[in-house]
Amino acid sequence: MIRLESVSKVFNPGTVNENTALRNVSLSVREGDFITIIGSNGAGKSTLLNLVSGTFTPSAGKVFVNQADVTRHPEYKRARYIGRIFQNPLLGTASNMSLEDNMTITYRKGFKGPRISLNHAMRAFFKERLEQLDMGLEDRLKDNVGLLSGGQRQALTLLMMVLSQPELILLDEHTAALDPKNAQIVLDLTMRFVGQYKLTTMMVTHNMLHAIHYGNRLLMMDKGEIILDVEGEEKTTLTVDKLVQKFHEIRRRTFESDEVLLSETE
Amino acid sequence: MIEGILVEGLVYSLMVLGVFITFRILNFPDLTVDGSFPLGAAIMAVMITQGSSLWLGLAISFLGGLLAGIVTALIHNKLKVPNLLAGILTMTMLWSINIRVLGNRANLPLLRQTTVLTHVRNMAAGVMSNAVALLIFFLAVTLIAKLLVDVFFRTDLGLTMGAMGNNEQMVIATGANPETLKLIGVGLSNALVALSGAFVAQYQGFADVNLGQGIIIAGLASVMIGEFLVRSNRIWVLTSRAVVGSILYRGIMYLGRYYGYFINLTPNDLKLITGLLIIVCLVVTQIRTDKPKALVTVPGAAGDKLPQSGSGETIPAAGPPSATATATESGSVGRAP
Repeated sequence: MIRLESVSKVFNPGTVNENTALRNVSLSVREGDFITIIGSNGAGKSTLLNLVSGTFTPSAGKVFVNQADVTRHPEYKRARYIGRIFQNPLLGTASNMSLEDNMTITYRKGFKGPRISLNHAMRAFFKERLEQLDMGLEDRLKDNVGLLSGGQRQALTLLMMVLSQPELILLDEHTAALDPKNAQIVLDLTMRFVGQYKLTTMMVTHNMLHAIHYGNRLLMMDKGEIILDVEGEEKTTLTVDKLVQKFHEIRRRTFESDEVLLSETE
Repeated sequence: MIEGILVEGLVYSLMVLGVFITFRILNFPDLTVDGSFPLGAAIMAVMITQGSSLWLGLAISFLGGLLAGIVTALIHNKLKVPNLLAGILTMTMLWSINIRVLGNRANLPLLRQTTVLTHVRNMAAGVMSNAVALLIFFLAVTLIAKLLVDVFFRTDLGLTMGAMGNNEQMVIATGANPETLKLIGVGLSNALVALSGAFVAQYQGFADVNLGQGIIIAGLASVMIGEFLVRSNRIWVLTSRAVVGSILYRGIMYLGRYYGYFINLTPNDLKLITGLLIIVCLVVTQIRTDKPKALVTVPGAAGDKLPQSGSGETIPAAGPPSATATATESGSVGRAP
C-alpha cells in the first residue's frame, strides 16, 4: 500500500550541521498492517513518518502509495488518505473553536467550499460518535476545544481522524504527553478504532512493552536505519529482553535510551 | 456631532471588519490595508468623475482590493516571505499604483459629482435630515456586510479559515491547502477594506493617495477597543464588537480633535493618541490575562465594569494576545477528563 524505495533524508546538507536522519531506508507497508516503531532519540522514527506524510520530501529515493509515485506530493494532498496524530494534543484541534466546528472541518477531507454543512442531522451524528468516547463530550458540542483536557483533546483528535476515513494512520507517540491513565484510555480507543475501521497503522512509541504488545509488525530503528523488522509468530513471542538482546547482536552495543529504559519498568 | 461620529464609525467599520478578519481570524497581520484602502477610494473617485455606474464603481473597488490582497498572499505563499513584509511590499507598490489610478495626481476632488450619497440625500430630501439619512444608509451597508461576513464564517470554508488562524497543521491534516485559504481570506479582507475606502472617498468628497496612511493602526485600535466589550467565541458577536469598536474609536478621535486643545493637543497628535491607545489596550489585556480572577476585586482596573459573559464556557476566541489561548490550553492539558 505504502512503499518507500531507498529513501534518505539529510538535513542541512553541506553545512557543519549536516545530519543524516534516514539512510537508504526501504519499507513496504501492506494493507491492514499495524506497525509499531521503536528506537532511541534521533533514530529517525519521526523522520520516517514525516516522509510518509509528506511533511518532508526525501533527499533521495521515492515514496509510493498504491503504486503511484507521491514523492513530490505536498502534505495537504497526502492528508486526504493519511491521518496523523502528534505527540502534542494541541496540534490536532483548533482550541478557540467549538467541538462541533472542529468536527465539521475535519469530517470531510479536501477543500471545502462556502456552504453550510453543520445542521441538526450533522450535530446528531457528531453526538452519537462522541458518545463512543465515553467522556461526556457529547454534551459539550458548543464548548471551545481549548477547555478540554489533553486526554480529551487527543481522544477527540482520534475520533475526528477516524471519521474522515483515512486509509493509513500515523501515530507519532500520540500518548507520550498524557498522564498514564489518559494514555491508556487513548491507546485503548486507538486499538478499538483500528479494529473497527480496519485501519492500516504506523505507530511510533517509546514504550517497548507497547511496541511488543500491539500490532502485527515491529520495526526497530537506529541511526537512520531500520535494523529489525519482525512480524507474525516471531513478533508474538518477543519480549523486552529478547529485543534488547537482538539490538546488541545487530549493533554490537547496548541499547540505551533513558526513555526506553524507563518505559520498560512501567 | 453624534451622528457624525456614528456615520464615520460605520463608514470605517467595513475596513475594521477587514482588519479583524486578517489579524484575528486568519492570524495574518496584513499591512496591505494602508494601500488597498486608498486604492478603493481612488478607483471609486475615478469611476465617478468618468460618469460610470456607481454600482460598477463599488464592484471594481471591491475587486481592486481583492486583487491587492491576493498579491500579498501570493508573495507570502510563493516566495516564503513573512506575512508582514509581504503586506508592506504590496502597500508600497500600491502607493505608486494609486497615483496612476488617480491619473498621475495625488488627489481627486468629488465636488458637484453624483455619488451614491447624492442619491441617498435626494431620496431622503423632505423626509429626514441629511445626517439621519446617511446614518441609516451606512447602518444598512454595514449590517449587510457584517451579516455576509457572519454567514461566510459559518460555512465550511469560513470555519476552515478560522481553524487555520489557530492551527495550520490541523488544516493541512484535513487535506486543504493553507495557501489557497490565505489567498481567499486576505483577498476578501482587502476587498472589504477597499469598499470602505470607496465609501470614505464619497463621504469626504475626495480621494487622496495618503488616505490610507496609518489606516491599519486605526483598524487595529478599533478591533482592540471592541474586544474590551464582550468576551465570546460566536462570530456574530466578534463582528458586532468590531463595528462598535470602530464607532468608539472614531468617538475617541473626535474628542481628541475637538477638546484636545484644552491640553494643547493638535490634530497632528492624533496618530500618537492612536498608538498610545493600542499600547494601553495591550497593557490592559496583559493584566487581564495575568490575573483573570483578581480583576473583579482590583479597584480601578480597566476590566471592572466589563461584562464577563459566560466566562466559564467561552474563552475570547482569537483573543487579543495569544497569551490568552496558551494560558487556557496549558491549564487544561493533563487534567483528568
